[in-house]
Amino acid sequence: MPNFFSDNSDILFQLNRLDLKEIVNVLEDNYNESKNYNYAPVNFDDAMENYRKTLEIIGDIAGNYIAPRATDVDHEGAHHIDGKVQYAKGTKENLDRLAKADMMGLVIPRKYGGLNFPFTIYLVATEIVSRADASLMNLFGLQDIADILYKFGTEDQKEEFIPKFTTGEYLGAMALTEPDAGSDLQAVKLQAYQNDEGKWFLRGVKRFITNGNAEVLLVLARSESGTKDGRGLSMFACYGDKTVKVRRIENKLGIHGSPTCELQFNDTPAQLIGSRKFGLIKYVFELMFRARMGVSAQALGISQMAFEEALSYAKDRVQFGKSIYSIPAVSNILIDMKVTLESNRTLFYNTGWWVDKKDSLELLIERYKKEGKSTTDLVNELKYTTKIANLLTPISKFITTESANKITYDSLQIHGGTGYMKEFRVERLARDARITNIYEGTSQMQIVSAISGVIHDVLKEYFDKKEVKEYSGSFAVLANHLKEIRIIFNDSLKYVMDKKDTNFQDVSAKELVELYTFIYTGYLLLDEAESNSRKRFIANRYIINSLANARKNAETIKNETYSDLLHLDEIVK
Amino acid sequence: MYNSIVLVKQVPDTANISGKVMKDDGTVNRAKLPAIFNHEDKIALEFALQVKDKFGGKVTAVTMGPPRAADVLRECLYMGADEAYCVTDRKFAGADTLATSYVLSEAIKKIGNYDFVFAGRQAIDGDTAQVGPQTAEKLNIPQITYAEEILDIKDGKIKIRRKIDGGFEIVECRLPVLITVLKGAAEPRPFSAKRVMAFKNAKSLMEIEKLVEGNSLLYADDLLQEYKSRKLFIETLTTDDLDVDLERCGIKGSPTKVHKVESVVLAGGNHIKIEPTRDGISGLIDSLMEDRIF
Repeated sequence: MPNFFSDNSDILFQLNRLDLKEIVNVLEDNYNESKNYNYAPVNFDDAMENYRKTLEIIGDIAGNYIAPRATDVDHEGAHHIDGKVQYAKGTKENLDRLAKADMMGLVIPRKYGGLNFPFTIYLVATEIVSRADASLMNLFGLQDIADILYKFGTEDQKEEFIPKFTTGEYLGAMALTEPDAGSDLQAVKLQAYQNDEGKWFLRGVKRFITNGNAEVLLVLARSESGTKDGRGLSMFACYGDKTVKVRRIENKLGIHGSPTCELQFNDTPAQLIGSRKFGLIKYVFELMFRARMGVSAQALGISQMAFEEALSYAKDRVQFGKSIYSIPAVSNILIDMKVTLESNRTLFYNTGWWVDKKDSLELLIERYKKEGKSTTDLVNELKYTTKIANLLTPISKFITTESANKITYDSLQIHGGTGYMKEFRVERLARDARITNIYEGTSQMQIVSAISGVIHDVLKEYFDKKEVKEYSGSFAVLANHLKEIRIIFNDSLKYVMDKKDTNFQDVSAKELVELYTFIYTGYLLLDEAESNSRKRFIANRYIINSLANARKNAETIKNETYSDLLHLDEIVK
Repeated sequence: MYNSIVLVKQVPDTANISGKVMKDDGTVNRAKLPAIFNHEDKIALEFALQVKDKFGGKVTAVTMGPPRAADVLRECLYMGADEAYCVTDRKFAGADTLATSYVLSEAIKKIGNYDFVFAGRQAIDGDTAQVGPQTAEKLNIPQITYAEEILDIKDGKIKIRRKIDGGFEIVECRLPVLITVLKGAAEPRPFSAKRVMAFKNAKSLMEIEKLVEGNSLLYADDLLQEYKSRKLFIETLTTDDLDVDLERCGIKGSPTKVHKVESVVLAGGNHIKIEPTRDGISGLIDSLMEDRIF
C-alpha cells in the first residue's frame, strides 16, 4: 500500500519548510468562503491540513492505482482509430479516478468547482502523479488550461468552460506548435477570421498537440492578416467538435499514454480569449511559464522513481559475494543521484513559492484597487517578485529536466544489462524523461529565457544578504565556497559582456546560467542544512561539486574555446 | 429514490501481521494490528453509492465497535455516505455474530426508513459471513448473499447476479432486502478531496467527550450542539439509545466460545516420486482425494 505522498520524506520536508501563510491568507481572503463551502478552510492551519489530506489522497491513488497500471499504459499507448483518439485503458481509468477524487481543478476557485489551492500544492500533486506514470501528467497538467480561462476569460466564458474542467468532464489542449512554428512561435500561421457578424473561425494546421483530441482547445492563431510576428497573434478557445480533425497521432519514444496529435481546423467556430494581439505576448507567456513548472514537476517525479528503482535494485543485486549497493563505485552514483534529486526539489519548490507569491500579489493589487486603496508598494513588490519568478521558472525547468535524463541514465546504469530490458521499469523512465528537456521549450530556450535575469543580477539583493549572514563551523566553509562561486560568476559575466559579441554571449549563456544557479541553490541548501542534520550531506556535496563546476565553467568561457564557432563549416565537414 | 443502510466494520489488518497477535484466550490482540476498513464492506458502500448515483436517496453507514471505529465512518463520509452511525457501548464488547447481528438489527430498526441494507460478505478477522444473514433474519427481511452485480431495480424489486459454486445465478427479490457483496464486485471509489476537507473533523459522541476530558474550558453539551450544527456529528447509539435486551448483547449474549487456538506452521515434508504412467497418475489422484485436496 505505498502512498506516494506520505512515503516521500523529502516532499514532506519541503512542504514543512514552505512558508505559505501570507500566500494562503491572501488566496483565502480572510477565510470567508468557509461560510458557503463546507470544504473551505477556516484558518491557515486548517488550510494546510486540507492540502496534506488532499495530497494523501492523490498519493494513495498514485501509489496504488496509477503506478500499477503504468507499464500497461506504456505498452498499450494511445491509439488513433477512425479519426478518433483512444486512450490506453489504464489512462482512462486513471483520469476517471482522479476526477472522482476532485483532483482536476486544484487551483481553480471554488465557485467553478475547484479546490482553490496554491500553485505549489498543485505542483506537489503533479510530481506525485508523474512518479507513478509520467504520461498521465500530460493530461493531469491540462488543468492549466482552465486556469488560463479563469485568468483571462470573460465571466460568460468562465461559466461556460471551467466547471466542466473541474468535474473531469472536459480535458483541454493547448494548441500552439505548427510545422513551421516550434521554438519560434512568432511564426504561427493558423488563421483566425471573422464572419460578417463578427464571429471568429479558425482554419489551419497544428502539430505535436498533446491531447489534441480534447473537448476544449486553446489555440494560438493569426487574427491580424498580413502580419508576420507575435503581435498579430491572438488566443482563442474552441470545442474539439467535428470541424477539428485529428489527422494522426505521433509514434513516440516515450510518454505513450499521452496522445500527441496533428490537428486540422476546418472553419472551427471559436471565441476570442482576452484582448486581440496579446495571444503570444501575454497569454501564451503565462501559460507556458506554468506549463514549464508542470514539466519540471514531471521531471522530478520521474527522477524520484528512477532513484527508487536504482536503490532497490542495488540492494537486491548480489555480485562478487555482496550487494552492489555497497560497492563504492555504485554507492557513489546513488549518492550523486540523491543529492541531485533533493537539491533540484529544493530549487523547484522554492520557485513554486515565488510563482505563488507573484499570484498572490496580483490578487491583492486587484482587491486593493476595488477598495480604492493605494497599490504603489504592492506594485513595486510585484515587479521584483515577477522578475525572480520569471528567472527561476526557466532555470528550474532547465535544471530538473536535464537532471531527470542524468538520473534515469544512472539508474539504468546501476541495473546493468537488466535495465536495458523491457521487463524493468527503468527503461520506460529513461524514455519518458527524454522529452522533458525538449517540450515546453528546450533547455536551450530556457537558457535564452533566463539569461536576461542573470545578466541583470536579479538575485543580487538576496545574495548580498546571504553573504553577510554568519554561518558557523562547516557551514562557514560552504558559505565561503558560495562567495567564491559568486566572484567567479561576476568575473565571467564581465568577461562575456566586455566582449560585446552577441554570438559569444549566446553560447556562454549556459555557463552563466549554471553559475548563477549554483549560488542560489547553494544558499537554499545551506539554510536547509542548518535545520536538518541529514541535509548537511546534501548541501556539502552540492556546494563542493558546484565550486568545481564553477571553475570549469569559467575556464570554458575564458579559454576562448567558443571562438572555434567561426570555423564551424570546417570542423563539422 | 432508494435509501440504503450499509454495515461496515473496522478490522485488524490481517495482511500485515507481525509478532504475536493472538492472545492466549484465543481472541485477537487488536492493539498489535493496524486497523483498516474491511474491504468487502467498502464494496458494499460502493454498491449503495451507485444506487444513490442512479436513483437518488440516502446512504447511511453503520458500524458497531469501540469508539475508534469512528475512523471507518469518517472514511464512509469521505466516499459519499450522507450519514454515519457509531453503535458503541462497553456492554456490546466481546460480541459474537449472534449478539452483533442482534444489536445491529436493533440499530437498523431505530434508523429505519430503508430499502436496502448492504454489507460485505464477511469481515477478514472472523471470516464467518454470518452477520449479514443473521441481521436479515432478525429484521425479518429477505436476503441475497454473494452479490456480484445489481442488474436492475424497479417496481419495488431488485434483480441481482450472485455467485454460486461453479457459476452464477440471477435472482429477483422484493424490497426491503439485505444484500451481502463479494470482493471484486465493484471498485470502491476514492475519497473525494472535497468531502475529506468537509468531514475531516466529524466526531462521534465519545470523541467529543474525549475532547472535553482534555480541556476544562469545554462543555460537552455545547460542543455537541456545535458539531451538530456544523453537520460534523457522527450519530452515536449506546445501550441508552437502543431498545435492547442486555442479556442478548456483548459477551453475555454470545454463546460462541473459542475452545482452542492452534498455530499451524506450514512446511514442506517428504517428496514422493510419481511415475508418469497411468497407474502413477491414478495413484496420485487417489491420494489427493484421500487428503480431500482434490
